[in-house]
Amino acid sequence: MPRGGWYSVGVVLMFAVLPFVYGNHALLFNMMMYLVLAQGINVLFGFTGYLPFGYVGFFGTGAYGTSLAILLLHLPPLPALLVGAAAAMLVGLVLAPLLKLSGAYFAIASLAASEVVYYIVSNPHLTPLTQGPYGISLVQTYNAAQSYAVMVAVLALALGAVVYLRNSNLGLALQAIREEPISAGFAGINVVRERTRAWLLSAALAGLAGGVYAWHVSVFYPKPVFDLSISVFAIVFTLFGGAATLLGPVVGTLLLYGLYNWIGISQPEYFQLVFGIVIVVLVLFLPNGLMSLLRRIRVDVP
Amino acid sequence: MSPNALLSVSGLSKRFGAYRALDGLSLEVAAGEILGLVGPNGSGKTTAINVISGVYAADAGTIRFDGRPVGGLPIHRRARLGINRTFQVPKPFRSLTVTENLEVASAHSRSGDNQIRECLELLALDSVAGREAASLTSAQQKRLDLARALVARPRLLLVDEIGAGLNPAELQLMAQTLLAIAGSGVALLVVEHLLGFLRAVASRVVVMDAGREIFEGPLDLAARDPQVIDVFLGR
Ligand SMILES: Nc1ncnc2c1ncn2[C@@H]1O[C@H](COP(=O)(O)OP(=O)(O)O)[C@@H](O)[C@H]1O
Ligand SMILES: [Mg+2]
Repeated sequence: MPRGGWYSVGVVLMFAVLPFVYGNHALLFNMMMYLVLAQGINVLFGFTGYLPFGYVGFFGTGAYGTSLAILLLHLPPLPALLVGAAAAMLVGLVLAPLLKLSGAYFAIASLAASEVVYYIVSNPHLTPLTQGPYGISLVQTYNAAQSYAVMVAVLALALGAVVYLRNSNLGLALQAIREEPISAGFAGINVVRERTRAWLLSAALAGLAGGVYAWHVSVFYPKPVFDLSISVFAIVFTLFGGAATLLGPVVGTLLLYGLYNWIGISQPEYFQLVFGIVIVVLVLFLPNGLMSLLRRIRVDVP
Repeated sequence: MSPNALLSVSGLSKRFGAYRALDGLSLEVAAGEILGLVGPNGSGKTTAINVISGVYAADAGTIRFDGRPVGGLPIHRRARLGINRTFQVPKPFRSLTVTENLEVASAHSRSGDNQIRECLELLALDSVAGREAASLTSAQQKRLDLARALVARPRLLLVDEIGAGLNPAELQLMAQTLLAIAGSGVALLVVEHLLGFLRAVASRVVVMDAGREIFEGPLDLAARDPQVIDVFLGR
């Protein structure tokens, strides 16, 4: 088994079994959704160093791509999900030139791009196509159990992708690009191509998560699926746990999304306070996340 | 152009804004040869390496490698053809281990684990193979830079001030290493301030000033050339 493989199997099995013993399926579903998004952020940020604040744009695109494939093309949910993922990758391809920007410029440009997609999708003039601001209703395909099961599969895919990156030459190449793009070129790596591949993989994961989310909730408005807080959550969970590892984003999501559900929903003001403090402490004292604590005591973190 | 030149550069120019960092530079290096490149600070030596290796595009001039023009190729294509380099300030992959640094380069060339082990030994990095590159001394990082370039199986190696900051014993080892690399048929262009070091490795030097060549020939003759003396001491 490759490094991190068994942990992934464990996480996937946990979410496959938990619905039978734990009643809050919405929490379990959302947690899986954020695990996928956090790993998607991880693929991009952890392995290439780009932090996409507009990441939610791929999620929203996946939700709409999947929904419109169901509504307009009359596809069943599973092939429609592939359309959603393809739509997210297409947006990723169009936005690939953003990868020429660095640091904060990239973060902000990706945010702007996500807003553009939102304004297009929610534009009242496009109501015949996208339902504009009135939102999507997929009641005819609603199936909570099936969509939950498919999210488990998407989670397995996301974890599998990161396990692959943690164990492959591609993952090493991406980390090399993150550290020193010019040296990476002299190592024979096609920097532009490999970066774009990671970007598209990351887009596809968010697109799949958005598509399964759309199917699962079956009724939604454009604003919530393009909400910046989805990006922020996924980014903070990833950074809190530790990017460029398999376990970091998993631990970060389980702890912080757990915390959010414990105090955040009933007392959002306390949660925001705690969340804010967590971010500050993180940036100041643990820039590489919880997993860097383990590495400091020489634990090999997958 | 002489028939046995592996690298042949002619009329190379590079401007930064209005400033001419390279102003019609021409030079040739043959396989197995070590050509020294010297000149005062800011004369364009690093820029020459940057343009030949593809970090910057030239504004004018041609770069031929093994007879074929490579001036339009991106870095990784030049690297795969056999053009590689080290950096004046080493650029290792800092959070990767020494071995991983070399694995990255070997994955995209035809070299295997044997090559990695040989390079680790050749550059005395075997004892730190498992350490993060960021934790190495600067002398070790310079050797790692060179090892990374070697693992990519270069035919032309551009070496930028690798002697700076090394102690005499390290310098002597480095000179032997460069000679051994050239002995295996690799062409080397060695930018260096330390003339003693250069004398130990280079049979021929090109002296640059203000982006162009002012002397070409044996180092000892360069030291007697009035124009060279003027450039180094005169202002
Ligand atoms: N990226 C750059 N942007 C602007 N000016 C540069 C750049 N790189 C080099 N230069 C300028 O070009 C000149 C030559 O620099 P360089 O090739 O590094 O000299 P050397 O290596 O011979 O000391 C210097 O004046 C330097 O300031
Ligand atoms: Mg220089």
